[in-house]
Amino acid sequence: MKKYASFFRIRFIHGLQYRTAAVSGMITQFIWGIMEILLFRAFYQASPESFPMTFQALSNYVWLQQAFLALYLIWFWESQLFDSITNGDVAYELCRPVRLYNMWFVRGMAVRLSKAVLRCIPVLLFAWLLPAPYGLTLPADFRTWFFTLLSMTLAFLLVIAFGMIVYMSVFYTISSQGIKLLASSVSEFLGGAVIPLPFLPDGIREIVNVLPFASAQNVPFRIFGGDLTGREMYISLLLQCFWFITFLLIGRAMEQRALKRVVIQGG
Amino acid sequence: MKSLYLYKKYCIIHLKCIMQHKVSFLLNTIGIFLMSFNLFLGVYFMMDRFQQVKGFSYEEVLLCFSITLMAFTIAELFFRSLDTFDSIIRNGEFDRILLRPRNSLFTVLCSKIEFTRIGRLLQTLLMFAYGILYSTIDWTPFRIIVIALMVLGGVVVFASIYLIFASICFFTLEGLEFMNVFTDGAREYGKYPIGVYGKTVVTICTYIVPFSLFQYYPFLYLTGKAEHAWYGLLPIAGCLFLIPAILLWKFGVSRYQSSGS
Repeated sequence: MKKYASFFRIRFIHGLQYRTAAVSGMITQFIWGIMEILLFRAFYQASPESFPMTFQALSNYVWLQQAFLALYLIWFWESQLFDSITNGDVAYELCRPVRLYNMWFVRGMAVRLSKAVLRCIPVLLFAWLLPAPYGLTLPADFRTWFFTLLSMTLAFLLVIAFGMIVYMSVFYTISSQGIKLLASSVSEFLGGAVIPLPFLPDGIREIVNVLPFASAQNVPFRIFGGDLTGREMYISLLLQCFWFITFLLIGRAMEQRALKRVVIQGG
Repeated sequence: MKSLYLYKKYCIIHLKCIMQHKVSFLLNTIGIFLMSFNLFLGVYFMMDRFQQVKGFSYEEVLLCFSITLMAFTIAELFFRSLDTFDSIIRNGEFDRILLRPRNSLFTVLCSKIEFTRIGRLLQTLLMFAYGILYSTIDWTPFRIIVIALMVLGGVVVFASIYLIFASICFFTLEGLEFMNVFTDGAREYGKYPIGVYGKTVVTICTYIVPFSLFQYYPFLYLTGKAEHAWYGLLPIAGCLFLIPAILLWKFGVSRYQSSGS
């Protein structure tokens, strides 16, 4: 456990060094958040009764999404990992007395967390200062905070476990391009990154909600805004656990099978 | 005329180059298609739920979206080398370009033509056709000219933004990431007529970066929401944005110091 902790620390500190990138990322996130909210305001004015959630909940969703982009954006691939499989460098990693899956899992957590830590606070602070329905409003009761944090953690683990499946699949396909593109585009839409999932039409929405990608950012952000409560919330949390464990098991099985017959290409 | 011939030659070379890796080209094209297809789905589901936004119907929004995306895609197809200009400076490629007996900007443009964007271009054409067939625009010869001007003006505006990026690289030696707000942001949020975002955004997009000159105002005229025919000619005014961009580029070239690698 200790070795993974120190591995996490190394990667985390490494990630914190890119400060200019963080600043420019922040500016982008501010502007995107503002544009997104202006856009939804126009729709809200067009017909408030068609709006599937309160405007306040939507604002919370948008700002949390912008603040924690680094945590939940599926297509935040680490090309180094893909390259190491393709060019054979992964052999060095395999020589180490740690399990590849665990090491990369920890690495993914560290990289994403270090990016998010630098960016989220100014974005959240700015959003909190905005006037009422457009900014971030903090939930009053303790339970909402608790479930949001719990759900955010689950979603974070889920996203990394899904990334691991994609990384592992490259052991079988060698070229990462196809799977990367497919995973990115499908997950982006089904995860609610294009439009929040409650905006999907009835019929489609029910199906998408059960799919694994809906268990990522969709759940915690909606809990925070008070859009997801009660029985529905508990079901969503259970689904999150279910998909996380499923992805974890699939990824680990893929790793074990791949390493049993791994062929190092090149040298 | 000779430059045009040369450019054609470069085009063919780039095309041959890509065709060496057919599968990778195909996958990239499909991937880019899928990514922008997500944008389309977003618009479709939103319009399906709300029917109209600020008086624009689904067909009109789709037409506007396709015009913006088409202009962006064409600009990206031909001017992508300016987007990655920082690497051209850093690896010393620009020193070599300066030695060539042609205009430096022209040579830079020849160094990269991004054919993988064809997937998205195809999608914009489909949406464009749908928008034209099903929107209730009263077509006159002048309106056809206006729509062509919109696409053309858009390409010029996006190209100017790319050129400004590239010129800034002369001084910073590094691409400024937040400048992507103007290109990616415009692609992302230009899917709806700019007026949707409110007055402040329209003002910024008129006087600072002229997005609304080729997208919003002519579109108002096109859909009959504004009577002024001169709105339709505003894309030409948007093209004036190219002048400061070229001046900045010239200034940058005159101050150019090799990065030393």
